[in-house]
Amino acid sequence: MEILLAIAIMTLGAVTLGAALGFASVKFRVEGDPLVGKIDAILPQTQCGQCGYPGCKPYAEAIAQGEAINKCPPGGAEGVQRLADLLGREVKPLDAEEQPKAAAVIDENTCIGCTLCIQACPVDAIVGAAKQMHTVLAGQCTGCTLCLPPCPVECIRMQPLAESIETWKWKHPALAAGEAARC
Amino acid sequence: MLMNLFKFKGGVKPPTHKAESVALPIAAAPLSPRLIVPLHQSIGGTPRPVVAVGDNVLKGQLIGEADGWISAAIHAPTSGAVVAIAPYVQPHPSGLDALCVVIEPDGEDRWIERRPFDHAAVSPDEVRRYLQQSGVVGLGGAVFPTHGKLTPARHVAMDEVVINGAECEPFITCDDVLMRERAADILRGCALFRDLLQAKKVLIGIEDNKPEAAAAMRAAVAALGEDFAVVEVPTLYPTGGAKQLIRVLTGKEVPASKRSTELGVQCFNVATAYTAWRAVAHGEPVVSRLVTVAGNVETPRNYDTPIGTPMADLLALAGPLPDTDGIVMGGPMMGFLVPDAKAPVVKASNCLIAHSPRLFPPKAPEMPCIRCTACAQVCPHELQPFELYWFARAHNFGKTQEYALFDCIECGCCAYVCPSRIPLVHYFRFAKSEIWAREREKTAADAARARYEFKQAREERDKAEKAGRLARAAVQSATPAAPSTPLPPRGGGAGGEGEVDRSQAHSSTSPSPRPSPARGEGEHEQPASPQISAEAASPPLLTPAPSSPDPRDCRKSPATPLPPRGGGAGGEGAAASETAAGSSIALATAASRAGVMGNAPFFDEPPPLPNPSPARGEGLQERGSSLLRQPPRGEGVHEQPASPQISAETPVQAGIAPTSDEAAQAAKMSTIQAAMARAAARRAEAAAPPTDEKPT
Amino acid sequence: MNLAPAPFFLQDASVGKVMRQVCLALLPGIAAYVWLIGPAILLQLLIASLAALLAEAVMLRARGKPLGLFLADGSAIVTAWLIALSFPPLAPWWLVATGAVFAIVIAKHLYGGLGQNPFNPAMVAFAACIVAFPALMSQWPHLGLAPGEQFAIILGLAPRLDALTGATPLDALKTGLTLGGDGVDQLLAKREIYGQIAGRGWEWVAAGYLLGGLWLWRRRIIAWQAPLAFIGTLAAIAGILWLHDPVHFANPLFHLFSGSAMLGAFFIVTDPVSGCATPRGRLIFGAGAGLLAYIIRVFGGYPDGIAFAVLLMNLCAPLIDRLCQPSVFGLRDRKKDGA
Repeated sequence: MEILLAIAIMTLGAVTLGAALGFASVKFRVEGDPLVGKIDAILPQTQCGQCGYPGCKPYAEAIAQGEAINKCPPGGAEGVQRLADLLGREVKPLDAEEQPKAAAVIDENTCIGCTLCIQACPVDAIVGAAKQMHTVLAGQCTGCTLCLPPCPVECIRMQPLAESIETWKWKHPALAAGEAARC
Repeated sequence: MLMNLFKFKGGVKPPTHKAESVALPIAAAPLSPRLIVPLHQSIGGTPRPVVAVGDNVLKGQLIGEADGWISAAIHAPTSGAVVAIAPYVQPHPSGLDALCVVIEPDGEDRWIERRPFDHAAVSPDEVRRYLQQSGVVGLGGAVFPTHGKLTPARHVAMDEVVINGAECEPFITCDDVLMRERAADILRGCALFRDLLQAKKVLIGIEDNKPEAAAAMRAAVAALGEDFAVVEVPTLYPTGGAKQLIRVLTGKEVPASKRSTELGVQCFNVATAYTAWRAVAHGEPVVSRLVTVAGNVETPRNYDTPIGTPMADLLALAGPLPDTDGIVMGGPMMGFLVPDAKAPVVKASNCLIAHSPRLFPPKAPEMPCIRCTACAQVCPHELQPFELYWFARAHNFGKTQEYALFDCIECGCCAYVCPSRIPLVHYFRFAKSEIWAREREKTAADAARARYEFKQAREERDKAEKAGRLARAAVQSATPAAPSTPLPPRGGGAGGEGEVDRSQAHSSTSPSPRPSPARGEGEHEQPASPQISAEAASPPLLTPAPSSPDPRDCRKSPATPLPPRGGGAGGEGAAASETAAGSSIALATAASRAGVMGNAPFFDEPPPLPNPSPARGEGLQERGSSLLRQPPRGEGVHEQPASPQISAETPVQAGIAPTSDEAAQAAKMSTIQAAMARAAARRAEAAAPPTDEKPT
Repeated sequence: MNLAPAPFFLQDASVGKVMRQVCLALLPGIAAYVWLIGPAILLQLLIASLAALLAEAVMLRARGKPLGLFLADGSAIVTAWLIALSFPPLAPWWLVATGAVFAIVIAKHLYGGLGQNPFNPAMVAFAACIVAFPALMSQWPHLGLAPGEQFAIILGLAPRLDALTGATPLDALKTGLTLGGDGVDQLLAKREIYGQIAGRGWEWVAAGYLLGGLWLWRRRIIAWQAPLAFIGTLAAIAGILWLHDPVHFANPLFHLFSGSAMLGAFFIVTDPVSGCATPRGRLIFGAGAGLLAYIIRVFGGYPDGIAFAVLLMNLCAPLIDRLCQPSVFGLRDRKKDGA
């Protein structure tokens, strides 16, 4: 008898809690998949395709589906770290070498105005007209290098972004001290 | 005068080392063989050089024009020849270069024509503009353009102007000797500030370790007949911090998120008041400043130093002792080791301290934090530096902001008392610059994402339209009743498929979300062959939706499924008087000068038709074409929204017609309003709250 | 070039200096201890210090940290002294040494060393030993043993049983009350165990700690909040229960001056690393420790409750600190207009 009572109570509890959970999942359902958005927010938006996906958003979707988090060289080791923190996955070393940040520069003397680079640019950072010289908007260039291959006259090169007083950063004190000690 | 003084929490009492450099009066520093004048010497925009290499300049002549409202002009510190305009090493902890105007003095030190400025006869705005053009900036060390601090808050009456003569940092005495020797001009400058801000009171705070300066100021106040209060405040570092002095004198606490004017108080350094008065009454822009040379030198002294004097030259005047191994610019609490002794004296250089291991013994190695909270006890902003340190060290920057990192004024009290010898301020600067860098990266990433998504959407749309058109064409080809249209020659820039594509693209800019009946009809009337002539195709395509006959109105239609080309800016674009920029080079230049263009999507337009019919040209007028149009700079710019605008009127020159179908499809001309982004950037800059002067 | 940032000169302060001052502040209490028990405690201090330094050196070496720098910081000595002073004075040498090694290796270095330990190492050692060796940790000596005898007992050269039938005044009182019959007043009337205030002679040791603690407060090494809250809460709860039922509950002064209440108030509750760091947090921390200490020592099974009380509060310290962040300059009303 007592056993039956206990079973009944437990069953009742299970049903109640289950109902509550079901209600909550309906009531507080989150629209869309916020995870993809969070992942996308971490990705650097260079849209370079080095990860093998046609842009940052597709890669974010792939990561949400279980793709490796270490395929984004522009995001760097820090990006991998932040993705790992977000997703609770293991930090892996980047599967390619980390490049310094750079922007594309068009040699204006060589440019023939073919507009191929304009089509290649994922963020519309190249302006120009057919048969007219093209120019990269340095502020908009993400450094993806996608404009390099299509150029028939190879007049585009990547120029590393120089550090200026405005963009200079204080170094981490402990790490800086460690470097000084090694020198 | 008896005054109720307030206290701030924390603070330290380091040895002052001030007596050494006040024994001698102010001396004028001789001209160096070369003066290196950095263009960027204040917070805000970098002034643009207005001289060229080879120019001869006079002392006080404008050499750098203020760029934006928060920016101050730069002037030649002496007469001579401009020998270079090039990057030189800066007095900055990074040791990086920045653009400088190098002047070789002719030795005559000839002034420009100096005319007093009748500040009483003009509007306050004109006085502010004059001060900007005279290069008056906060000389306490923060170099915020002074005119930017001289506007009272809109809804708060100004109670007090606080004049900062506290000079709390060890070694520095330039304000002390300035008050001793030039009190009258300081006070006249204070009166100018008071009048501009329409403040009720002027409170001059001087630390009580400078009785001579206080006496001189009192005497001058009496002589001028002003009712300024000269208040001796207790000597306690960092009383000279603007917020601390405001607290001590008025009891008001200015949080990092507010401007002090919102609390009815504003703070200026005594030297700032002095230079403002010199500019107004004597027509002398800021071309020199008092610099304390102290530390490991034979004769510490204050020098009236032309801006641009290499620090090594100035230090040599005071006779540095042989074991000197560096120069500290600023005081020992907040200053930094100058990376190169060739770096010039700038408006922010209030003090040079010859560094030696004897004077500043090397720091003991850093130990782990033991959470003794000595730092929290001395923090004048009542922060928890040990927590901030913990999070900054771990790169946990979100947490540092939660613990109010940006309320830190980097006064150094925490590091001064830390028993574990942790360079706390270094950690905080590190965290701040990382956070700023991430902000920049995030802004850039957001902009890139928006532009990428826009491009995706546009390509999708083009593809869908092409497919739709082909489908329709297929239907039509099966309908023999289709009206026949003369076939234009293929390729050669005079039509072809590419043309149709472009026409379609144009039609898609029609704001109507679905093809309007008129348009649909027009399309049905199109010939079966995709090779329709532009002339034939364009009129129906350009027929606007019947509900809104005016294309401008259409553009504002909220139902537009995609970001309309030209966005909501079309109307304004048409309204603004504009001049078309010459070419895409101008566009690029303007755009790159703008640097940031906000995160407005980058709109593009299809290439123009080679031989536009009059009708088409008219239609295009409102749609925009490929040319960048730069609105006139000035007030008009500010009123425009930051969204890009499509320029209209003329389609591109016929000469650049695409030569092949592929190229024709490919040529996507982009238009932007670079100048608008520029204006937006400037507005953002102007909106930035003024940084208060650092403790001196 | 070393571009070390400002400030370029620093106050004369170091971790070693802080720790030395803590040791200095312990001296009055130690002096009273010697006067009361004899030089045995000095031997215990020496044993604990040697064991702690050795353990510290081994652990530093193992973790690749500079030996000289960290051995000189004195933190191991402070831990060792607190262990020696809180253990029974005639505890066998290996017990004290074990405690010291346990504190340094387990409670300190395994958590990351100096500044990283979430629990007070001395109290962790005390708790571990009282759980592992309850009998040894409860054997307190009769007073008046000759120094030679004491050393012999500590070093294990003499039999322990005869000399160590005593208990602490706290323990004796609890046992007396448990046995029933006499009330607190009658029990405390036995002056050979209980002195004027608390345990005979022990009250002077406590007074020595109080003196040292006040000096530390004057030197701004410790803040007033935690000790005051600890003492205040302990006294308040003892006072309430005493007023309520003076037959079964001892008076507040007895509680303050017996056991390691004073040592705890000024040297253990104030441990900066494992305690709270915000002013309000320290008040809560001290009050919580005082309350728990009273409950454990009066109602619990252990002779004193300071160690467990402090360890339990150590657990809560990060949360308390998080909730007690003081407002920032200029943002006094942040709570009101924000959030």
